[in-house]
Amino acid sequence: MVENLVEIFNLTKRFDDKVILDDISINVEKGENLIVFGRSGSGKSVLLKCIIGLITPDKGEISIMGKNVHNLKIKKLNNLRKNISFLFQSAALYDSMTVRENLEFPLIRNFNISHNVINEKIIKTLELVGLEDAIYKMPSELSGGMRKRIGLARSIITDPKLILYDEPTTGLDPITSKEISELILNLQKQLNMTSIVVTHDLICAEIIADRVIFLRDGKIAYQGALEELKTIQDPFLQNFFSNKLLNE
Amino acid sequence: MKIPEVIFKQRLKFREQFYNFMATVTGLTIFTIEFFKQAFILPLEASEIKKHMDELGVKTFPIVTITGFIIGFVLALQTQPILARFGATDFLPAMVAISVVRELGPVITALIFAGRVSSGIGAELGSMRVTEQIDAMDVSGVNPFKYLVVTRIIATTMILPLLTVYVIFLAMVGCFIAIAIAEPMSVQYFIDSVIESIAFEDFIPGVSKTFIFGYIVGLVGCYKGYTTVGGTEGVGKSSTTSVVIASMLILIVDAILVKISVLIW
Repeated sequence: MVENLVEIFNLTKRFDDKVILDDISINVEKGENLIVFGRSGSGKSVLLKCIIGLITPDKGEISIMGKNVHNLKIKKLNNLRKNISFLFQSAALYDSMTVRENLEFPLIRNFNISHNVINEKIIKTLELVGLEDAIYKMPSELSGGMRKRIGLARSIITDPKLILYDEPTTGLDPITSKEISELILNLQKQLNMTSIVVTHDLICAEIIADRVIFLRDGKIAYQGALEELKTIQDPFLQNFFSNKLLNE
Repeated sequence: MKIPEVIFKQRLKFREQFYNFMATVTGLTIFTIEFFKQAFILPLEASEIKKHMDELGVKTFPIVTITGFIIGFVLALQTQPILARFGATDFLPAMVAISVVRELGPVITALIFAGRVSSGIGAELGSMRVTEQIDAMDVSGVNPFKYLVVTRIIATTMILPLLTVYVIFLAMVGCFIAIAIAEPMSVQYFIDSVIESIAFEDFIPGVSKTFIFGYIVGLVGCYKGYTTVGGTEGVGKSSTTSVVIASMLILIVDAILVKISVLIW
C-alpha cells in the first residue's frame, strides 16, 4: 500500500469575503510529483503556504507525515519543518549573506553536524545545481536563473522529504526554465523526494508531473494525469493550455 | 453638499488614524512581551548580537562624534555671554557638564540614533519581509523573531549607552575649546570644575535612561520592519514611520523618566 506523505482534508481559506480555497481535499503520495495548475489568484500559493503553516486555514486539516500542521506548537512545527523545504517564487535568498552562508544557514541552525560535513554538503549541492563557482557570491551578483538554482540548492541541502515549489520557472527564459524543471526531476529521482509544484508552465509540468490538479474558483476542477487534462473538452481548460486569452 | 462630504472624509481619515495608532500601540506591546519571552531562551545568538552592535556602532559613530562636539561647543558659546553679565563664567564648565550629562547628551544621542538606526532596521527587515526572506527563515525551522528581532533590540539597548558616554565626553571637549577660545582656562581647572559639579546622582539617571531609549529604537524599528506590508512602498513607509514613532516615544519616555529621577534623587 502506498503511503500518503501529505493529506489535506476539506481545506477552506477566505480573505475577507473572498473564498480562496473552498473545501479542498488532496492526498500526495510519498515520492510523487504533484503539479498544481490554476489561473493567477486561484489560490495556488495560498495552498502551499497553508501546507507549510505560514497561513492558517479557516477550516480543514493538513497532515504531513501523520502530523496535523496547524495543531502543532511552534517547537514541534519547526521540527516538522526540518523535513520540508519551500522554494519561493523569488527564491528568497538572504540578501546579507553569501551563497555559502545561505546554504549553511539551515544546517548550522537545525542540525548538529560538523563543519566538515557542512562543507561537503555545500560543495555537493552546488555541484548538483551546477553553480560551484558562485559559492562566495552575494545574491545581488546572481542572475534570475542562478538565484532560482541557489534557492533550489538551499531547499535540498537539508535532505527534506517534501519540497514545495512556488512557480519555480516563472520569469525565466525557456531554456533555463527547462533546465530548472529537469533539475527538479533529477533531484526527485536521485533523492526520492516528494514534490508539490505550483506552476503555470506547461513544459515544466510535462517534465515533472506524476499527477496534476487544476484549481478553479477555489475548487479542484480536475485531478489526474496531465495528458488526460489536456484532452478534456472544457473551453476554460482548452484556453488555458492553448495560451489563448480567457474570456470567461 | 461639499461640506458634509469633506467632514465625512475627515471622519474616515481620523478613524483610520486612530485605528493605526491603536494597532501600533497593540503591536509594540505584543512585541515587547514576545521579546522578553524569547530573549532568555537558548541559543542567545551572541555572535549575531555582537555583529549588530559592531554595525550599529560603526554606522552612528561619525554623526555622534560631530554632534557630541558641537553640543558642548555651541552650548558653551551661547551661555558664556549670559554668565559673563553676572560675572559667573567660572560656573560655565559645571553648567555645561550638568546639562549635557543629565539631559542633552542622552536625549540628543538617542534622537540621532533613532534617525540613523531605527529607519535602517525598519528598511532592512521591511525588505526582508516583502521579499519573503522572513518567511523563508520561518519555513526552514528557524525562529525569525529570535534571530532578527531579539538580537537587534539587545544590540541597540547595549550600544546606545556606550555612544552616550562617548558623546558626553566629546561635548566636554567641545565645551573646553569654546571656553579656551574666549578666555584662557587651564585643562586642570576645567576638569576639576566638571568633576566637582557632577555627582553620581547626575550621571546614573542620565546614562541609565539610554538603555530604555536604545530599547525603544530597536523595538520600533523591528516592529515596523517586521510587519511591513505593501511591497517597496511599504518598506519606505516603515522606514520613515519608525523614525517618527521612535523619536516621539523617546521624548515622551524622557519626560516621564526625568520626573521619576527628580523624585528619586
